[in-house]
Amino acid sequence: MDGSANSGSDRENISDVLNPQDRVRFEELILPHLDAAFNLSRWLLRSRADAEDVAQEALLRAYRFFHGFHGGDARAWLLQIVRNTCYTWLEKNRPVELVTEFDEEMHAPPSPTPEALAIAGDNRERLAQALQSLPPRFREVLVLRELEGCSYKEIAAITSIPIGTVMSALARARQRLQRFLTQPQEASREL
Amino acid sequence: MSCEYSRAVLHGYLDGELDAARSLEFERHLESCRECASALGAEEALRSSLQRSGLYERTSPVLRQKVQAGIKAVNRARAESRPVAWRWLAVAAAILLVAGVSWLAMPSLRGPAATTVSAAELIDAHIRSLQPGHLTDVISSDQHTVKPWFDGKLDFIPPVKDYADDGFPLVGGRLDVLNGHSVAALVYSRRKHFINVFVWPTPQSDSPLHISNVHQGFQWVHWRHQGMEFCAVSDVSIPDLSELAQLINQ
Repeated sequence: MDGSANSGSDRENISDVLNPQDRVRFEELILPHLDAAFNLSRWLLRSRADAEDVAQEALLRAYRFFHGFHGGDARAWLLQIVRNTCYTWLEKNRPVELVTEFDEEMHAPPSPTPEALAIAGDNRERLAQALQSLPPRFREVLVLRELEGCSYKEIAAITSIPIGTVMSALARARQRLQRFLTQPQEASREL
Repeated sequence: MSCEYSRAVLHGYLDGELDAARSLEFERHLESCRECASALGAEEALRSSLQRSGLYERTSPVLRQKVQAGIKAVNRARAESRPVAWRWLAVAAAILLVAGVSWLAMPSLRGPAATTVSAAELIDAHIRSLQPGHLTDVISSDQHTVKPWFDGKLDFIPPVKDYADDGFPLVGGRLDVLNGHSVAALVYSRRKHFINVFVWPTPQSDSPLHISNVHQGFQWVHWRHQGMEFCAVSDVSIPDLSELAQLINQ
């Protein structure tokens, strides 16, 4: 993947470079991943309305940066831009959500039984709530892995975390999700 | 294998990201560790809940339309910036036409009034060359074949060099006409795209690269160097065209 598309620099005047073939390529390679772009923004921003605006902005940025895409994984390339656009938006509009929480070493709680989890997980609302309760860095790896079906390599490319830490990030995210789901409902509202 | 270790590896296993050896090792561990077996069951249940949940949020048709409209707007903004350039080009062309006419009136001062070449003419010449069978009159990547080919066909000798080592292989050459003057057209390729470099003599002094706007998806750089005027036209990017220009000027 070419990282230059992600440098976030709009200073460079590149708006004149896209030629007709590239426009067609953009429509063929990038637009089919619009759902992926929207889904990721929706979960990062936790709002459909904001996600629509930000996904649209990200797509147009991708369009302007498209000359920097030299083939490869188009979905990962686009999602990298989407993610950056989302974080930029969060920094500006809801900086409080990005405050890195103290990542306490959680004592592994006794793992819930598959049955208990299946029951909790069958409640769609509760599952959505659980996902929203996670800090963005954990939420995004889960969304990319479980909803988007990305490989570790793709997750690493999209989120710029080293591939070696994708597995542990997922492990911690899943642990938190389980903890939320198997907690008594009252207590979980506090999260 | 310690159980703590398994708790991390378990996720790699669940996600199908372990290599065969580690996968096998973990499966062997599973047989003897009830805690891991139960944890894996829980993770699998969670995964299937997530995947069945319908939590994947799809784009609304409205957003799809907005994105497409946004792209069109970007394109339109580019298109609208063209008329301005065209107007200035028209003014420049008119002035140069007058200059050209005065050159006509004073034959002794007359050089080929090549700067009156308009954007439309350049683009037309480029597009024409891309029609089947029109690109080259002499097909050769050998500069020593292309250069002599021009001899006797033009009243000047264009500089011809192959830049294959720098990513611009010479494809060939042909004669073309711009503004009523015969010019040399050298054809280079760049990643399956073609670049026409039009060359003609000029009495004017050297000038730096002048970069055009996009016209119908094509753009060009124009410059003068050691008594020759150059215009490289293509659909490749301006940085590519500029690179070729630097090579030619060396």
